[in-house]
Amino acid sequence: MTLTTDTHIVADEIVAACAPWSAVLRAGQQLQIIDLHGNQAVDTLFYGVRGDTPDPNLRYSAQATVAAQGNIFLTCGSVLRAADGTALVTIVADEVGNHDTIAGACSKESNTLRYGHHTLHQHACAENFLAEAARWGMGKRDIVSNVNFFMNVPVEADGTLGIVDGLSAPGKSLTLRADTDTLVLVSNCPQINNPCNGFDPTAVRMVISQS
Amino acid sequence: MSTASTDGARAHARAQAAHADLGTPATPAGVDPNALVWAESVPAGSHTTRVLGRGTRLRLADPDGGACAHLLLFRADAPWERLNVADTMTVPWQAYLGAGHPLISDQGRVLATIVVDSSGRHDTLCGMTPAGQQAMLLGALKHGLDARDIAPSLSLFEGVRVAETGALEFTGTAGQATAVEILIHLPVVVALTNTAHPLDPDPELTPLEVLAWRADEQLSTPVNDEPEYLRALFNTESTWACAQNH
Repeated sequence: MTLTTDTHIVADEIVAACAPWSAVLRAGQQLQIIDLHGNQAVDTLFYGVRGDTPDPNLRYSAQATVAAQGNIFLTCGSVLRAADGTALVTIVADEVGNHDTIAGACSKESNTLRYGHHTLHQHACAENFLAEAARWGMGKRDIVSNVNFFMNVPVEADGTLGIVDGLSAPGKSLTLRADTDTLVLVSNCPQINNPCNGFDPTAVRMVISQS
Repeated sequence: MSTASTDGARAHARAQAAHADLGTPATPAGVDPNALVWAESVPAGSHTTRVLGRGTRLRLADPDGGACAHLLLFRADAPWERLNVADTMTVPWQAYLGAGHPLISDQGRVLATIVVDSSGRHDTLCGMTPAGQQAMLLGALKHGLDARDIAPSLSLFEGVRVAETGALEFTGTAGQATAVEILIHLPVVVALTNTAHPLDPDPELTPLEVLAWRADEQLSTPVNDEPEYLRALFNTESTWACAQNH
């Protein structure tokens, strides 16, 4: 028997600015998310997969994840969990830090509250999530608080929180390892009213590898 | 009392209520007893649900200082619209709940507003324990909802604070005799559990008191004048107006 450290690329795809994307990671596979142009929020949800079908009862829980690690920020070592504590994916490399999971996804409806009713017909992450989830047989009930990779949301001492300028830069990346077969559902955030995308949504690169 | 016959079993069953102590909470001072629509004590580990009409004022109280109320809201007439805890933080730019804080749905509407808070120890970040999730699921199932509808929840009477590093600090209870009052803006299913906070190292749960009364006149005055809140009220009021036949 020969031990090998060879890694082969399973997929290498560009997610266009403002677009949805999804893929199933098999247990042990890794996903590198590369912020090609810098400060691009990548809104992401995870669902355990049984066979080839996502299990909506085994979806990502921001609250279980935050409570288990005792910290709101995601970075290398963070285990992203379902509500029952099941580990879905683990962040195994991170060049940025402080990824958000409390601020949720933008929606056309919440944009009207946050920025005004002139934003009602702008594209938003909730629309991307709904469209992409529907391709997997899931619907609105399955969309919950997500991860916002490369998005910076500090909470100040008095509880004030908000999306501020990002910590990422062109070419920076993070890598996830699937702890179980997991569907990754992404909205490459189209928001243009706050600094989460530097007011200029851009493409990101997704590289799935198998060791 | 023999329960060998249906007569005996019926008499036994009917004799029980006369000696039961419901622990029903007292009507708060200043509330017209005729306006009261709900009064219930929720023991440790249990759950309760109710459909509440627009213009209801909901009071959750922690008389003994050990309650932890986990709360979900669903629009009663469209239960696929529900409390969105993330938007409940980002819309008012505030992670910590308190008086004036709107509870925002995933459709950009204010379902309810916190109008009184004498505790100040609450949490929007950690959700429920597995036992709490199971209790909440049972409540949701009774409304035709299921596990997929159990979105992130908020919890009252046990506090959490966030350090600059992002680390969570459990601050626990504010002590005995605190209460939170919530004004309901659209018909909702309110689902509550009285179960431990996941970060509580030594939960000693005590009963949660639930009261509700009609307070329709309070809908006419905005609870705060922040622009995000006023736009949420606009979305809520216009949605309500559209759904009426008169």
